[in-house]
Amino acid sequence: MELEDHLFRHEAGRMVSALTRVFGLHNLALAQDVVQEAFCRALEVWSVHGAPENPAAWLMTTAKNRAFDLMRREKTARTFAPDVEWMLQNESTLEPIVEELLAPDAIKDDELRMMFSCCQPNIAEEVHVALILNVLCGFTVREIASAFVSSEAAIEKRISRGKKSLAASKSLFDVTSRRDFSARLASVQRALYLLFNEGYHGASAEATVRAELCREAMRLVTILLGPACGGSPSPSTYALASLMHLHAARLSTRIDAYGQLTMLFDQDRSQWDGQLIAEGFRLLDLSATGAELSEYHIESAIASMHAKAPTVEETDWSAIISLYEALMSLRPSPVIALNRAIAIAQRDGPARGIEEIQAIPDREQLHAYPFYAAALGELELRNGNRAVARDHFREAIAIARNAMEREFFDRRMRSCELP
Amino acid sequence: MSDYMLLFRGRNRSLSPEQMQRSIEKWRGWFDELRRSGHLKDRGHPLQDSRKVVTGRQRTVTDGPFVEVKDLINGYTVVTATDLTQAVDLARGCPMLDIEGSVEVRQIEDGSP
Repeated sequence: MELEDHLFRHEAGRMVSALTRVFGLHNLALAQDVVQEAFCRALEVWSVHGAPENPAAWLMTTAKNRAFDLMRREKTARTFAPDVEWMLQNESTLEPIVEELLAPDAIKDDELRMMFSCCQPNIAEEVHVALILNVLCGFTVREIASAFVSSEAAIEKRISRGKKSLAASKSLFDVTSRRDFSARLASVQRALYLLFNEGYHGASAEATVRAELCREAMRLVTILLGPACGGSPSPSTYALASLMHLHAARLSTRIDAYGQLTMLFDQDRSQWDGQLIAEGFRLLDLSATGAELSEYHIESAIASMHAKAPTVEETDWSAIISLYEALMSLRPSPVIALNRAIAIAQRDGPARGIEEIQAIPDREQLHAYPFYAAALGELELRNGNRAVARDHFREAIAIARNAMEREFFDRRMRSCELP
Repeated sequence: MSDYMLLFRGRNRSLSPEQMQRSIEKWRGWFDELRRSGHLKDRGHPLQDSRKVVTGRQRTVTDGPFVEVKDLINGYTVVTATDLTQAVDLARGCPMLDIEGSVEVRQIEDGSP
């Protein structure tokens, strides 16, 4: 029996969510322990016997049996999910209620509940992302730290802070309350957006790690689009999903065959994933309802301009510039201003682009961002100022976040030297 | 050709879900290779932890002798090999070794004089 890719990780998220529905959010760590134990048993048994016909069901049954033992033993010492507590305390109702809560149909909603629970507004966005990766995607602290090029201690701190805050709320988020749902949805969207961006623009040098983060964000946004959400996703969720698809279509060309970054301008457009692009456009169409114009709408529209253009020269840069301007008015940020300036350079020439960059109000915030220096380098190079360009690339090399970026800027710097 | 029993010891409970899945996939590959090369005699079984030891004329039942978790046998497989050296070479590929376990190789006595 061959296992589906990442089956263990994904089942870990499902099982932890489902068990938390029974145990209560304050017993999240207990749910994670029960799941880990079921997995350890699977490792020992499947190693020699081979995996069973239905691995996911085997894992869930193993965890469920363990949960029954544990609840019978600890029912006086612990309180479980408050809304079903009395049924869990009673031997005659314990088994039927747990069976009901852990039925496959119920679990789909549990993942959604958990996703919303992880995004409490009183905790920082970076905590939401770390919690989602740990609880719903089955990544360990070490794996998250390595994907984010961060220290294990820092990630550990983030996650334990998040779990403490979750524990205080005891019950999973109620996704059937429409008012609460809409209010929390923005935080969930933002967390998935940040997760995707970490994969797309992140600091990890490993292409596979980054692709995996993007895929996880796309898997979770699909849950937001699914029936668990009440069947009518918000237009901004469609826009977010569209944006992810359009970007993901370019992921494999972003990092070339040698593991090096390739600029949008040099990408082999024939290698972009047509299926993902088509799905991105379909989702973008679905997002065009109602009065809401979210930043995801605009970002997706920008991505669609690139996806539509057969070459860099045939890109509608004027449309892209006005979309960046719309984005600036929704969410002012020097990075967006930088992207706008680059688009202006494409339309009106490098000198105009440099002027625009120099006019960015908070541009000192960009000094730690290597692609800022690199953008200046590109434009100076196109303008014929090789020496100035070289200095900018040298600056970018000095603050590059990994070997892949360093190599990329180094290649650009060396191209300044050609006669 | 003789038969050799491979006894698996060790356990690593701190693996991540992804690492566990990769380990299980490696086991599958290892067994496939043993089967393909004609060395797999009996895939064997994993063993549970629960155990009792019956000793002596008094048939005393105990939980011990206690051994550390890393010394506990938790599965076995039987392979066919020309000699101990070849059997050891087969054991070298066992994924148990990648997760801090060990494999003991014992020739099965066939009783021939």
